Amino acid sequence: MDGMHDLGGRQGFGKVGFAPKASPFQAPWEQRAYALRAMAIQLGIYNIDEYRHAVERMDPRHAMSASYYEKVITAIATLLVEKGVTTQAELEELAGGGFALSHRGTGGRTNAADRKSFQRGERVRVRDDFVPGHIRVPGYIRGKTGIVMYEGPLTPFPDAHAHGLEAADEPTYDVQFRSEDLWPGGAEQAVIHVAVFQSYLEAVA
Amino acid sequence: MASQQAPNASAEQRLAAVERVLEVRAHDKGLSVDHTMEWVEEKLIAENGAKVVARAWTDPAFRQRLLADGKAAIAEFGIGLPAIQRQVYVLENTPSVHNVIVCTLCSCTATTLIGPPPNWYEDLEYRARVVREARTVLQEMGCPVAPETEVRVWDTTADTRFMVLPMQPPETIGWPEEKLAAIVTRDSLIGVARLTAKGG
Repeated sequence: MDGMHDLGGRQGFGKVGFAPKASPFQAPWEQRAYALRAMAIQLGIYNIDEYRHAVERMDPRHAMSASYYEKVITAIATLLVEKGVTTQAELEELAGGGFALSHRGTGGRTNAADRKSFQRGERVRVRDDFVPGHIRVPGYIRGKTGIVMYEGPLTPFPDAHAHGLEAADEPTYDVQFRSEDLWPGGAEQAVIHVAVFQSYLEAVA
Repeated sequence: MASQQAPNASAEQRLAAVERVLEVRAHDKGLSVDHTMEWVEEKLIAENGAKVVARAWTDPAFRQRLLADGKAAIAEFGIGLPAIQRQVYVLENTPSVHNVIVCTLCSCTATTLIGPPPNWYEDLEYRARVVREARTVLQEMGCPVAPETEVRVWDTTADTRFMVLPMQPPETIGWPEEKLAAIVTRDSLIGVARLTAKGG
């Protein structure tokens, strides 16, 4: 989905709030949220792709103003409700107040039937896919051409895995793009490496 | 699905509610939040990445193995990857190439080497800007890159992870591994800081 989570290349932001050697957690509850997210995966309640999609489905206004760990607890809670482990009413009672969850999702899709293998050095194009569900193509590479650098390990196809569909494992390719191809005349000089699932790629004729 | 009229409870209260719901199931399977917290504190630490870097600086054969197959090389230290992370690519910074890591879609990181990511790595600014204006962002963060140096930005969009192998400060050549590991910072493993003999 073309959601607000897809941030790469968006303009209008200020400086990074960087402090050297910053602690990953601003408060003890954030570390608990981190642990809870991992534990729920260990418990088999959801997989990482379902989790990521639950974050993406947050209401845009809520997501843009929420801290990272507020997104974490919203996504966990959304999945607990959707999987029938609890209800929103029970969560609100336990929390002693409102508990906004993510919007309901649409369907996913399975691996591309016509996916191909690519060799190191081959030029590839990222398919022009516009899907309402989970996808791991950042918008800034859609339709763009790059060069395959490595074939990466086999991984379940996220567009299926996030939606409870059968997800065959497929390779991800490390594809190198040039910033001037991604944002012609509008980016600083750099090469951008993106790990792209096989189903997202097509050969360049 | 913000159906209710009531304003949200505090994040802490909402976290506690989620914890209550999960507790029973965790207990049945012999898991607990406290144990998971301990695992985070003990296993997900940038000290792991620092040890690997110090070895790579002092042992050329290890360095080669690390660059060829990160997962196998870190296993020599007993460091694993979480099940969902399939491989880790180690990216060597040199005078002519500067690597920097981001996850524009969420905030994925090589947690067993770098630890849970710092706040700024998760924030909108870093994720939006570093792919498009890396040089300006690095300059603002106190890590300017020379115009003739190539910048490579690595977007963690799949379950392959990345760790930067920072350049060794020349004045530390000949130091023992343990002393070297102590100067390697999390920020340098992400590629937003250069190292000095004083660390960071």
